[in-house]
Amino acid sequence: MSSVGTSPRQVPHGWTAPLRRLAQANVAVVTVLSVLSALVLGAVLIIATTPAVLHAIGHIGSHPGRALGLTGASVGDAYWAMFSGAIFSPSVLGHTVSTGHGWVALFTPLSETLVSATPLVLAGLGVAIGFSTGVFNIGAQGQLIAGALAALYVGFEVHLPIGIHVPLVLLAGAAGGAAAGFVPGFLKARTGAHEVITTIMFNYVMLNLLDYLLSVSPFQQPGQSNAISRTMPATARLPHLFGSGLRANLGLVVALAAVAAAAWFTRRSTLGFSFRVIGLNPSAGKTAGIDARRVTVLVLVISGALAGLAGTASLAGTDFFLSSGYGGNIGFDAITVALLGRNRPVGVLFAGLLFGALDVGGRNMQAVTGIPLDLASVIQALIVMFVATPVLVREVFRLRGGGGGSSLQLATGGWGG
Amino acid sequence: MRLELAGITKRFGSLVANDHVSLTVEPGEIHCLLGENGAGKSTLMNVVFGMLRPDEGEVLVDGEVFRPSDPGEAVRRGIGMVHQHFMLVPVFTVAENVVLGFEPTHRTGVLDRRRARSEIARLSAEFGLEVDPDATVENLPVGVQQRVEILKALHRDAQVLILDEPTAVLTPQEIESLFVIVRSLAASGRSVLFITHKLKEVMAVADRITVMRLGKVVGTTTPDETDEGGLASMMVGRTVELVVHKEPATPGRPMLRLRGLTVADERGAVAVDGLELDVHAGEIVAVAGVQGNGQTELVEALTGLRPVVSGSIELDGAEVTGSSPEEMLRAGVAHVPEDRQRDGLVLAMSIEDNLVLDVYNRPPFARRGSRALGVVHTNALEKLSAFDIRASSVESPVSALSGGNQQKVVVARELSREIKLLVASQPTRGLDVGSIEYVHRQVVAERDKGVAVLIVSSELDEVLALGDRIAVMFRGQIVGIVGPDTDRETIGLMMAGSGASAEVAGNPTRPADALPADAASPDRRTDRWSRR
Repeated sequence: MSSVGTSPRQVPHGWTAPLRRLAQANVAVVTVLSVLSALVLGAVLIIATTPAVLHAIGHIGSHPGRALGLTGASVGDAYWAMFSGAIFSPSVLGHTVSTGHGWVALFTPLSETLVSATPLVLAGLGVAIGFSTGVFNIGAQGQLIAGALAALYVGFEVHLPIGIHVPLVLLAGAAGGAAAGFVPGFLKARTGAHEVITTIMFNYVMLNLLDYLLSVSPFQQPGQSNAISRTMPATARLPHLFGSGLRANLGLVVALAAVAAAAWFTRRSTLGFSFRVIGLNPSAGKTAGIDARRVTVLVLVISGALAGLAGTASLAGTDFFLSSGYGGNIGFDAITVALLGRNRPVGVLFAGLLFGALDVGGRNMQAVTGIPLDLASVIQALIVMFVATPVLVREVFRLRGGGGGSSLQLATGGWGG
Repeated sequence: MRLELAGITKRFGSLVANDHVSLTVEPGEIHCLLGENGAGKSTLMNVVFGMLRPDEGEVLVDGEVFRPSDPGEAVRRGIGMVHQHFMLVPVFTVAENVVLGFEPTHRTGVLDRRRARSEIARLSAEFGLEVDPDATVENLPVGVQQRVEILKALHRDAQVLILDEPTAVLTPQEIESLFVIVRSLAASGRSVLFITHKLKEVMAVADRITVMRLGKVVGTTTPDETDEGGLASMMVGRTVELVVHKEPATPGRPMLRLRGLTVADERGAVAVDGLELDVHAGEIVAVAGVQGNGQTELVEALTGLRPVVSGSIELDGAEVTGSSPEEMLRAGVAHVPEDRQRDGLVLAMSIEDNLVLDVYNRPPFARRGSRALGVVHTNALEKLSAFDIRASSVESPVSALSGGNQQKVVVARELSREIKLLVASQPTRGLDVGSIEYVHRQVVAERDKGVAVLIVSSELDEVLALGDRIAVMFRGQIVGIVGPDTDRETIGLMMAGSGASAEVAGNPTRPADALPADAASPDRRTDRWSRR
């Protein structure tokens, strides 16, 4: 989180200042170059897995133009499909401009990206707050399910007008996630049980609890033998932001508000300050009278609440019911999003948007070109790998200076604890 | 084999870890290297083993210049090291550990266990290193594991053996048998360099003794020429004459009363043992003692960082035993910790944030959970000028400051509250002369304001210069309280635990040498030292 997960907020001074400023710039530069490198490697994968292209390259001696053309076309088509599926499609734009219709179709890709990014940003913020305090919450998945279950219960069990019901559902979701985060926090503070182990195990507990609840009353959809929950009533659904045609909903506002709140929290709040102190130097924190155990519990509670909100945003925003394995990979992608965003709220926002775009774009690419969606996942993984090895990126692009990898080193520095 | 270090100098930035250190270990000699933690012993060994390259000076082996580039080269040249923390594979047998890296093999490349075992048997018999070659290392007691380490070095044909704090983890019986082994190694013509900070061991085992302090060799002597008191005063030094200008103290009411205070260390062993001490308002009590006699644990108990096993802490008439660090802080205890970088500062944070580390959530620095960054900033600017902290900006990280200025940040923060008791541990360690004087002046100023001050220092000069009364700590107890005009030899003797003299500052102390020698078994102590 801003200045938390990073190495010291170095204010350059003295004769080495220009050099150090360059090193700081490298953090952003390395991230951008990591994305580029991942896209280049993704292109290699596209080429290597498309038989027609491989065949053409095999005959590059006799038909060099054809080989290059085919290569360019297949890579270009794939990434173009990704872009037009995630941001906007120029052909639709042309159609809209000339006819005056189809505005919904024009903004659907962007809306879908935002919908997809919303839970990633929320859960990613939770993971990032933990990382920057030296607490490794790997349990976003379980906390997300706990939040969604609580939100769903308040959704179908309580009957209120939408203006009260929706805030109550969000509150319930946050509380559910917070409760799921409290358990490992309490265990760590009281017994020293490592949160990496307890949060991972809690994921399984929640996954199986979900499966069980989906098959019994009151959660199971009445008249259903499948493991599917009741649906959220209309009063409990997050309102759409841009009309009924676009799925972008209030969840996005919640996520943006959470980013702003997290930024304030780390920079300005006393609690955030104590989190930062314990994250950077627990023994100095204890000596200065900060209760490290209280901090551990609170970090996991807040982290869990954000994961719970992530689950609520998907449930009450787009899905409206729960099924087995709800949330999919969001809980784990949140870890990657936090790492890519270097544990800073704004960084997490952009990382979440990027990952949401890659998810949505990847689906379009699969539909249009037949290249499997897995390529998008590979690109996501490669980006984070490159970000995690800034030395490699600097070598490849002949960058000078250091400091690009500090936040990741810091984020992983506490694994031994 | 003869190991000679000639004028080794190693600098880390402005810090001189080794300053023209010279010593020679003759064949067949047990040479003890004595010094406090931080005296530069480890740096010196890292130079011998090629882990560090000296800025000046040479290592000579049998008169030839030896410049190892890695530890392996030192091992091949016949220099063996037994580390304080053993480098053994716990699940391997003794034999496997000993031959590891230098395995005897059959022609097929398969490990020749029989030969490994017979070599160990031969070495065991030769040096009295009794050990079962087939035992698994993790099942062996620490003392036997150490023998395995020694065997390992001998198996690699070490002619010079360096033992780094070898007795730190041993029981008294194991120490005795280690001494027998060390003597037999020397008798075989090997040279032994025995690194320690324990005076008794040095007197018991050394042929010659080199004492290091603050990176320099203070002197070389033999057990016949000196005694423990002499060694103690060499260790804590007398090189710099510190002068602190202060009026005689005017002690007021007792501010801190410790009664029967008992504190355990990490391993659960008694570190502070029924300690009794009073510190009055307006006086400085300086605790002198060789490191590791419970000073760290005493300070941690006083600041709420370490639980009290038994006994009581009273602050200004109120019982505060078992309070949390925050409660101690609010009760008026200021703490300048021994290791400022670990416990005193968050290095990555700004100077202004470090100056409010203990009051960040109190007015005027925060209101309703929100930090008043403007107030934090102005506060820092005020403290910068009031405490003469040299920094380019209060927003720069505290890690950018020199050691002296970092310590001033800690001191400025701790003295900014209303305090009743100032506990300062090694308050001037690693500081330049100017900063030392400054910190000392601040401490005296606090005393004159009526604050009770407890200083813990392993620098005898500092203790003598600052203390209105000097409490000598040995094995978890205060063995005597003397005035600041007491001569060093007397204090040195008391620090070594080998006798407090009767004329000591009017306090009827029981001679400390009546203490049983074995501090590791507290239940054997029948008669605790008590004051008044």
